[in-house]
Amino acid sequence: MPATTLAATERPDLFVVRRRRSGVLGFLIGNPRITIGGGMLALVVLMAICAPLLATHDPLSLAPWLRARFPSAEHWFGTDMLGRDIYSRVIYGARVSLTVGISVAVLTSVVGLFIGLIAGYLRWADGILMRVMDGLMAIPSILLAVALMALTRGSMVNVIIAVTIADIPRMCRLVRGVVLSAREQPYVEAAVATGTRTHVIIRRHILPNTLAPMIVQATYICASAMIVEAILSFIGAGTPPTTPSWGNIMAEGRALWQIKPFIVFFPAVFLSVTVLAVNLLGDGLRDLLDPRAATRT
Amino acid sequence: MSLLEIEGLRVQFRTATGVSRAVDGLSLSVDAGQVLAIVGESGCGKSVTAMAILGLLPEGISRADGTIRFEGRDLLALTDREMQKIRGKAVSMVFQEPMTSLNPVLTVGRQIGETLRLHEGLGRRATEARALEMLRLVGIPEPERRLKQYPHELSGGMRQRVMIAMALACNPRLLIADEPTTALDVTVQAQILDLMRDLIGRTGTGMVLITHDFGVVAEMAQRVVVMYAGRKVEEAPVRDLFAAPRHPYTRALLDSMPRLTEGGEAPEELTEIPGVVPALTEPVRACTFEPRCPRASDQCRTLYPPFRECGDDHMVACWNPEPQPDAAVAEPRRQGEMKA
Amino acid sequence: MSQTPPVLDVRDLSKTFAIRRSFFGRGGGAVHAVDGISFAIAEGETLGLVGESGCGKSTAGRAILRLTEPTAGEVWLDGERIDGLGAGEMRLKRRDIQVVFQDPYSSLNPRLRARDIVAEPLRNFASAIPGGIEERVADLFDRVGLRPDQMDRFPHEFSGGQRQRLVIARALALKPRVIICDEAVSALDVSVQAQVINLLARLQRETGVAFLFISHDLAVVEHVSHRVAVMYLGRIVEIADKAALYGQPRHPYTQALLSAAPVPDPDGRRDRTILKGEVPSPINRPSGCHFRTRCPSAAAECAKVSPVLRDVGGNHHVACHLVEG
Repeated sequence: MPATTLAATERPDLFVVRRRRSGVLGFLIGNPRITIGGGMLALVVLMAICAPLLATHDPLSLAPWLRARFPSAEHWFGTDMLGRDIYSRVIYGARVSLTVGISVAVLTSVVGLFIGLIAGYLRWADGILMRVMDGLMAIPSILLAVALMALTRGSMVNVIIAVTIADIPRMCRLVRGVVLSAREQPYVEAAVATGTRTHVIIRRHILPNTLAPMIVQATYICASAMIVEAILSFIGAGTPPTTPSWGNIMAEGRALWQIKPFIVFFPAVFLSVTVLAVNLLGDGLRDLLDPRAATRT
Repeated sequence: MSLLEIEGLRVQFRTATGVSRAVDGLSLSVDAGQVLAIVGESGCGKSVTAMAILGLLPEGISRADGTIRFEGRDLLALTDREMQKIRGKAVSMVFQEPMTSLNPVLTVGRQIGETLRLHEGLGRRATEARALEMLRLVGIPEPERRLKQYPHELSGGMRQRVMIAMALACNPRLLIADEPTTALDVTVQAQILDLMRDLIGRTGTGMVLITHDFGVVAEMAQRVVVMYAGRKVEEAPVRDLFAAPRHPYTRALLDSMPRLTEGGEAPEELTEIPGVVPALTEPVRACTFEPRCPRASDQCRTLYPPFRECGDDHMVACWNPEPQPDAAVAEPRRQGEMKA
Repeated sequence: MSQTPPVLDVRDLSKTFAIRRSFFGRGGGAVHAVDGISFAIAEGETLGLVGESGCGKSTAGRAILRLTEPTAGEVWLDGERIDGLGAGEMRLKRRDIQVVFQDPYSSLNPRLRARDIVAEPLRNFASAIPGGIEERVADLFDRVGLRPDQMDRFPHEFSGGQRQRLVIARALALKPRVIICDEAVSALDVSVQAQVINLLARLQRETGVAFLFISHDLAVVEHVSHRVAVMYLGRIVEIADKAALYGQPRHPYTQALLSAAPVPDPDGRRDRTILKGEVPSPINRPSGCHFRTRCPSAAAECAKVSPVLRDVGGNHHVACHLVEG
């Protein structure tokens, strides 16, 4: 019997645990989804910022004599029905998608956090606010946007407002849920018992809990806002047709889809890749910020 | 041959900070009809041992080696399918929290029946009759009505009785009970302990009782294994262990418990064990209890002590065990402390 | 106990939770979690409050702390009534009454450093507290046996026992008159539990703080308390000095509780009265004496009349028809 006890210390371990690399590189290797998603998104952002440098033509200049040409050395992605350079339009289109996606994500976060905190903290306000949110949730964002466009003019700001209104309930419910469960935590009760003022409790003990899930939710909202923007442009209820947005380019190529598929193809690929990048980043962040994973260390 | 024989069992977990040696070279054996208690504080490896016996270690992040022989078959070498045939039939289990171990969407009758149908191949009517018989056996009032109820409709004590009924339905030869009464109130705990003792006495089932409560050990066990930081530090028959613990850790554990005095004089201060349990990821060279031990010497700081005989059927892993007391003096000392 | 008024005086405290009717009109009614309990605690005294789960002991603690609003009754802290105070006034009173919860993991905000956790109560009343907060925090760390170099750590870097020390340091920060310990050592391992119990006893000797020690563990309560109250289904059934309650328990429920506790002695398996059945639901409590359905010596009278707590001699109060004296 002593032999086995002693041997236990001398036998090699059943696992070989590779040491995690530390530093930035270690983080990037350890979180491939954040690395890939964030990297791809960074490229798209860079592309949008540097659009004037990258574009080979003026995205707005018409050239009717060059209508719907196949890709060539001069026009890398070909030209559309009005002879505009699709490559340059796609590059500039990234600006629209990113602006809409990021604006909607930020706006829903700010408004959702505010309403969610009130609903989670004031019992009497909770019932009213949540019924309003239920009502908003019942309206499809596309219908809301179409109605808004019908009342005003098609513009990017209107697209942002329409999508934001439709997405606020999602963020609001999330924040409210986090606040309600955080309030039950013994450490929040302990803070009450030690005489901490309510606004300090919210700021110090409750708000930090909402941040991680909010960031994750915001990335998903950003991705879906970009898709909704493209759909709205595609059906003609979004950004004005002169503005180069991926949805607009696709809308223009719709009629020629069977004979000139490249007009739809290139903006579609860019939209898909960007949405995929944002979603990958969101998934990576969710796993990284998951409190259960965090407490394991 | 013993019913259960564990030899050199090691269980390790992959964690963010390295390899955690949850169980490190554990050996023990249980005979039919015997209750062996494994005691220790949280993180000592007692529950992991139970999981290893039942083949329930989480895949991917844990590995085990050594041997766990049950009636001569090495359980660690079995496939999942073979293990499933043994688990719940020849070896069954009772866990601490009956609510999480019972399926919330199945009635009590169905859950007991499931085990019976799976392992015994009984028909519908026979299953129902047997389930009813089991509920009666574990002292559940109105068993006919309970059969049709869902776990959430039962109280904690009732749920634990249902767990025991399920565990015993297929006449297991070995029962693994992991903190079976820890979640229960004292008056209900007393009922459940009585019930388990009675059933085991009647059926000759062997039992591994995992607990942190020396009161439960004294009530139930014939033999005790004390674990510290993944290793067995002492093993003895229950009376010897309580009368004369030889490992300084066991001694300190017993002394640090507040005891009921029936109105008598209580000690002013409880014995503390200074410091904290070592991290299981640290490689072991010296005795793991040495930093907290009042009897530590230089030898303790250089080499882990072998597990050796230190008295009649009493084994300890310690270079400087507590002195063997005179049999005549030892008894009244502990007794006196409690009955005074 | 003494001439000075008690530090904490609880009179006929009740807490009832209404059960909302379901959509089909089922349910309704109320849970009488705490049903008119009274006790007083003097300076430097520890009153143990024992009972099984669901007896209302934790709700009683929370109602005294106003973490839940009491339904009826009075709570007097240092001669001042606090149960009706508004939020602002109550906040000021919280300096004198603190709490230690069972679970040291969830009682500490995982995102704050140890020093900020202990400093929080001090910052809440910064104007009323003399001296620098930093020195006070260092002193508190020292008093509960934590090292100064641990101040910048986060809760998950501490062991369970050390976390409970942090919780105790936070509770002590404002020099309270009473600390309510709600199962304060129940989640700890035996050896660590002993450390924390000794720490609490030492702090009481040093500061004269009073404890309301709520626990289900009879042995722990006997060790730490001067007097002990036993609760069953929302009511106190027996309250007496520790020696009397553990030495000559008078209420059949107290007797059964003591007899059911497992004793760490293999030869001490005594004849015990094992109670039949389980605690009835606090929604449908038995009439008269709530304990009568499980009582080994219940009589006809017990179903009709609720027994009241009365002195049976030597400051020993029992609520039972069958006890003489």
